[in-house]
Amino acid sequence: MAMTITEKILAEHAGLDRVVPGQLITAKLDLTLANDITGPVSIREFEKFGVKNVWDKNKVALVPDHFTPNKDIASAELSKTMREFAKKQEIVHYWEQGRVGVEHCLLPEQGVTLPGDVIIGADSHTCTYGALGAFATGVGSTDLAAGMATGEAWFRIPESIKFVFKGTNFQPWVSGKDLILYAIGKIGVDGARYRAMEFTGEGIAALSMDSRFTMCNMAVEAGAKNGIIAPDQKTLDYVQARAKRPFKVYNSDPDAQYVEVYEWDVADIPLQVAFPHLPENAKPVSDGKGIKIDQVVIGSCTNGRLEDLQVAARILKGKKVHSDVRLIVIPGTPDIYKQAMKEGLLEIFIDAGAVVSTPTCGPCLGGFMGILAKGERALSTTNRNFVGRMGHPESEIYLAGPAVAAATAIAGEISHPEEVL
Amino acid sequence: MARAWKFGDDIDTDAIIPARYMNQFSPEHLAAHCMEDADVNFAKEVKTGDFIIGGKNFGCGSSREHAPVAIKAAGVKAVIAESYARIFYRNSLNIGLPILESPEAVQGIEAGDEVSVDLESGKIKNLTKNTAFEARPFPPFMQDLIKAGGLIPYVKGRRENA
Ligand code: SF4
Repeated sequence: MAMTITEKILAEHAGLDRVVPGQLITAKLDLTLANDITGPVSIREFEKFGVKNVWDKNKVALVPDHFTPNKDIASAELSKTMREFAKKQEIVHYWEQGRVGVEHCLLPEQGVTLPGDVIIGADSHTCTYGALGAFATGVGSTDLAAGMATGEAWFRIPESIKFVFKGTNFQPWVSGKDLILYAIGKIGVDGARYRAMEFTGEGIAALSMDSRFTMCNMAVEAGAKNGIIAPDQKTLDYVQARAKRPFKVYNSDPDAQYVEVYEWDVADIPLQVAFPHLPENAKPVSDGKGIKIDQVVIGSCTNGRLEDLQVAARILKGKKVHSDVRLIVIPGTPDIYKQAMKEGLLEIFIDAGAVVSTPTCGPCLGGFMGILAKGERALSTTNRNFVGRMGHPESEIYLAGPAVAAATAIAGEISHPEEVL
Repeated sequence: MARAWKFGDDIDTDAIIPARYMNQFSPEHLAAHCMEDADVNFAKEVKTGDFIIGGKNFGCGSSREHAPVAIKAAGVKAVIAESYARIFYRNSLNIGLPILESPEAVQGIEAGDEVSVDLESGKIKNLTKNTAFEARPFPPFMQDLIKAGGLIPYVKGRRENA
């Protein structure tokens, strides 16, 4: 019986030889994670279980990244709850401020998430780890609490949709962000609801790991349960340097069943911008011509990785941020921050007139570090442009990759890099 | 009188409870800001027993359980929508917010209509228009989960019986 990579991973973790879409299973977990917003709620629910300890202190990650360094007293209390729980439970994967990064940048970088894993996280972008060939999905705090207590979770086996990106003839500056915005633009914000999005083809093989993380990160913006890319040599090179435990590589069978198959040639995909207020409003960057922008954000679990900063720096080098624009650059982790410093990227940003922040989610979810006033417009490399996501309900967010973000910061309006170079 | 509050498609969790209020998680605090970015008057005017009617993909976006908690704490008896985003669906069952799926009811109910719902049978009535609808039944596993009173009692029960 042929299976997809998602089906194979779930079957093995449920102790079954085969599974079919729609089937309900209970699977063993390799990791559970929560952040400083969802974690404290999970901890409260965990305590209702009446078990003393988490099921495995090596397999619980607690990442205080959303409102840290704490923006106010209430958020400091949330962090304190996490910190005390982490200490009491001797949680191995806990990072204090100064060592913490945006969860979905940090965990793969530190080798905590690996190919073949089943991972649940009380954060919807947990699907990011699919880029390693893992099954990873977001859940709420109560599901996470049950996972922390038992090491198991229930799942409905999702149908899979295959996205084949053909060719390697990318248009200049196009990255994983453009491919995923393009896909969401085609299928809509519920186009993959309850389903697995499997990305494959020469175009995907040509992408860096950083770009693959970006793609799987945004699977949830199409409603998907998970995004996934089967491991190849690039994946193995990435994880072998980091893994501290064994892992397993799975692949889809050639005759596995898909409910839908999309095929696009990467040569046909221009740089994308998603207009307010849904990620599905993806359009070619040229459609944004003349739209003035007040703030540009480069960072987040979608595009806060080293490659993103390198691309932005290549465009910003020797240039100035437009006088009407605030540019905020947020490296995803301390390691990325340090590497960007070594490579001189931070200096380029600061010389251009940008804010460079310590790793945090900050403005991505409208927490702090760049909140929008009424009527303001941002272009951001983050993943959601919902009403009010970054501040006032009457502000607007345009989503794009780092190249368009850097060009826009220079031009003061939505721009293609060629217009500023 | 239980009235219907109607919202459109793709109501996201940032609209249900904006992250700027998530530095606390007490249900009362969340309820005070429920649906704020979709309708600023909702939290002030909603009455205990009212219903939220949503379009397709209700609750899309973040995994925040704060969203169904806010709706429940605001006094909403049930949400009726064409379809739900998956994490919101799971979260609602886990925390005991009744959610019903019925595209027909969504079509047939307007803002302000008086509505009654029998949660056991899934029967939805529009008393203003004198029409009736049936929600899609939950799969048996979900029914067990709901009957147990949410995920934690359900899992606890299973462990004790194992
Ligand atoms: S960067 Fe944004 S989307 Fe990513 S985990 Fe943080 S708040 Fe969520």
